[in-house]
Amino acid sequence: MRDHSFAPSRIWIYLVVTLIAAAWLAPLAVVVLNSLRSNEEIAQGSMIGWPQHLAWSNYPAAWSGFCVAETCSGIRPYMLNSALVTIPATIFSTLLGAIAGYAISLWRFRGDNWIYGIVTLGLFLPQQMRLLPWTIVLRDIGLINTLAGLVLIHTIQGLSFTTLFCRNYYVAIPHELIRAARIDGAGFFRIFWRIILPLSGPILIVTVIWQFTHIWNEFLYGVTFTTGQQQPVTAALIALSAAVADIPQHGVQSAAVIIAALPTLLIYLIGGKYFVRGLTAGAVK
Amino acid sequence: MSNAAAIRPGRPALPEWVRRLPEYLMIWVPLLLSAAHLISFSLWTIWISFTPSTLVPVSGWVGLRNYTAVAASRNWQIAFDNLLLFGSAFVVLSAATGLILAILLDQRIRGENALRSIFLYPLAVSFVVTGTVWSWLLNPGLGIQKLVHDLGWTSFKFDWLIDRDMAIWTIVIAAIWQSSGFAMALFLAGLRSVDADIVKAAQIDGAGPVRIYRRIVLPSLWPITVTVVVIQLQFAISTFDLVRALTNGGPGIATQLPALVVYDLMFQRSLLGRGAAAAVLMLLILLAVLLPYAAWRYVQRRRALHA
Amino acid sequence: MAALSIRALSKRYANLEVLKDIALDIESGEFTVLVGPSGCGKSTLLNIVAGLDYPSAGTIEIGGRVVNDVPPKDRDIAMVFQSYALYPSMTVRQNITFGMECRHVPKAEQEKAVANVAKLLQIETLLGRKPSQLSGGQRQRVAMGRALVRDPLLFLFDEPLSNLDAKLRVEMRMEIKRLHQRIGATIVYVTHDQIEAMTMATRIAVMHQGRVQQFAEPDTVYRYPANLFVARFMGSPPMNTIPARLEAENDGLVVVIGAGRPDEIRLRLRDYDGAAPFVGRDVVFGIRPECIAEGSRAFSNDAPVLVDAPVDMVEPTGAETMVSLRLGGETAMARISPDIRPVPGASASFALDTRRVCLFDPETERLIA
Repeated sequence: MRDHSFAPSRIWIYLVVTLIAAAWLAPLAVVVLNSLRSNEEIAQGSMIGWPQHLAWSNYPAAWSGFCVAETCSGIRPYMLNSALVTIPATIFSTLLGAIAGYAISLWRFRGDNWIYGIVTLGLFLPQQMRLLPWTIVLRDIGLINTLAGLVLIHTIQGLSFTTLFCRNYYVAIPHELIRAARIDGAGFFRIFWRIILPLSGPILIVTVIWQFTHIWNEFLYGVTFTTGQQQPVTAALIALSAAVADIPQHGVQSAAVIIAALPTLLIYLIGGKYFVRGLTAGAVK
Repeated sequence: MSNAAAIRPGRPALPEWVRRLPEYLMIWVPLLLSAAHLISFSLWTIWISFTPSTLVPVSGWVGLRNYTAVAASRNWQIAFDNLLLFGSAFVVLSAATGLILAILLDQRIRGENALRSIFLYPLAVSFVVTGTVWSWLLNPGLGIQKLVHDLGWTSFKFDWLIDRDMAIWTIVIAAIWQSSGFAMALFLAGLRSVDADIVKAAQIDGAGPVRIYRRIVLPSLWPITVTVVVIQLQFAISTFDLVRALTNGGPGIATQLPALVVYDLMFQRSLLGRGAAAAVLMLLILLAVLLPYAAWRYVQRRRALHA
Repeated sequence: MAALSIRALSKRYANLEVLKDIALDIESGEFTVLVGPSGCGKSTLLNIVAGLDYPSAGTIEIGGRVVNDVPPKDRDIAMVFQSYALYPSMTVRQNITFGMECRHVPKAEQEKAVANVAKLLQIETLLGRKPSQLSGGQRQRVAMGRALVRDPLLFLFDEPLSNLDAKLRVEMRMEIKRLHQRIGATIVYVTHDQIEAMTMATRIAVMHQGRVQQFAEPDTVYRYPANLFVARFMGSPPMNTIPARLEAENDGLVVVIGAGRPDEIRLRLRDYDGAAPFVGRDVVFGIRPECIAEGSRAFSNDAPVLVDAPVDMVEPTGAETMVSLRLGGETAMARISPDIRPVPGASASFALDTRRVCLFDPETERLIA
């Protein structure tokens, strides 16, 4: 059933696959092309078209020029916000999840199954169930409308994923390794740093990619808990759409969309294998 | 070789629990915070859904009044109907698309890796971006319809985005584009895990490629199909960003979904009690999907253990 | 001095009792092998001695010190694991020095210790490699090196040879024994392989269902198995255990196999006076395969005990011929000379060495005499 020959029937396969692939790439192509067309050019025709003059100026305009409401700072501050939320939250949730997964899988302690079960339930609990409580908690600890508040949320919620990923990876490590190290006199942290962490490369890459992508792309918490200049880029894009509805400037907007999508797209391009692994591993939760 | 002296620590021994305090803190604080927030937040939201809270949370008991109010509201009814339509259409179509893509890619074709990357890249992009881009493509004054008109076919009509009856399908289209790749990845993994010896045995028995697919490969994909469907349903139930960016619930409230209703009640109308009730209803819908799935998984595992 | 004393030790998980009232005293310099089938509790016992698991009751003393509440690293032990448990990300040298590093041993001292051990085990050339670059036998050596470098009061070995192929296992078996003789270490060694137990141990503790069935020198365990379990576990093929009757005859004892049958066999026993109370009762007659041989074999100066028995099956192994035969209707294995090949289905003459048989109480399964 699987051969490499180019039999006539296989031409159909290639035809179908190529057509679907083209359809899948079309939206990307449209945005990229639009980001190089001037606002006027788009306004005269449709959103779908080849640029007549390359309007590179869309990118600087999107980055630091265009106005949302009264502020004309472009997308830059929101990109920075997203980075300032995503990077620390990714690091914290990955590190804490790795330690928790390590403790649960290789040390076992009283109640570990219970707490692990509850924490992984977090994968299923809709965000809507936590919106109000988070609002109140953030307000009470003074982190409402701050990036730190978002970091806190994403760290704690991210633990459900990272603990699950890491625990499932670490259970495959032989317990004898831990026993040998304990007899050698190594404690919890030394075993983690010296023995477990050097083995954790693959799972940490998966976890970091997964967390980064999720937090960067997150919208609901961003739009609920921050306003104005504190918003992450996803929320800013929506605000931009609303602003653009009045004065069409689709060229600049397309450039903004590309810039906003670039970090996760780059990560996908670089770490595609690990991205897919995280995707499928997350599915078997 | 004698270092026996070094084995016994010279410093005064702290009690075991003091020495291990840092590790207990590192393990328990994050886990307990995580578990505690899940439990307490859920209980708190459930409690609020039974109170007359509006702008701020207040105590009091109104029984199921919030629930009946939400269920009776036109907003929720449309959202619920939309969810049924969107959920089933999206899940069926994206699973089917994913399966077809997986089967095509399983034919040992050239460029498989590149193709797989193309089908999966939308997953790396936020729903906000997806929604924005598709809102352009599907906007009759900007996108495909305009293009076709400009090309000369002026009677061409593709205006689902502003058609009350069809607008929900634009969300289906964008969602399929975004997440069929995910179904494909899972199905492909399933296809590739079929025991090669079984396929060889079938070939020796004289089965052709189509028969092998129909009788051996596809039946083995059942568990993966269930997983795909459940995960996609879970996504459909909590869909928010995509709609927000694509139609913002419009035209009118034609593409309302439960997650938007919750947000609307909580933060735009400041009806916390009703918003919480709507959130709990979302949770119940989710449980209606997840509990049978969990039961099914449990039975499968039991069977695997006893086999 | 007792290097290791275990008293009244038991271990239960929920309502499963895996170790029951274990008592062992192991002298300094002894090579003790804990042997038993899988699930007998031997590895649990070793883990408890190491401090990696906790007893439900009882005490453990290492070098005269009660260590129940002492963490593994302070018990003055070293352990070699079945999977070797080499740290994958460290070189061989780092694997060996990791324990010293944890104990803050000065660098120079570490170097000296590594050099010594590497020389002893002939792994000097491997010190820079990672475990993944080593063969099974080399990993085994490194694992031993990691233990040796600690110079502990007590070495614990947890089935260290079971991941090696048969040839290497025999080599390493001899090497470990040689090492023991050379450095005089105290070793507790867990295995399910009774040949390892017989060849290496100075004393064997046979375990079954969470209890020590017998704790004695290898020869004693082999010659006087404390009960039917030990008799059937030690030795390959195991001791034949045949239902029989004990009778008195002319002032002596006679074992009757297949009483009342036409092929009844009566064996006269000498020097088995301990069995006198069992005269007239059922017993289990135990005889090792090597005590049944071809009829021409002279076991002793006495008149040989000869029987004619039908042959079921013949298995030549090269060094000897294993014969399955029927004694009074019961199946028994015999170990005969390699150049003799009885014909299956026919009868042949066999010589029995009746000075080295065992009698067991069928009720308690204990050795009578």
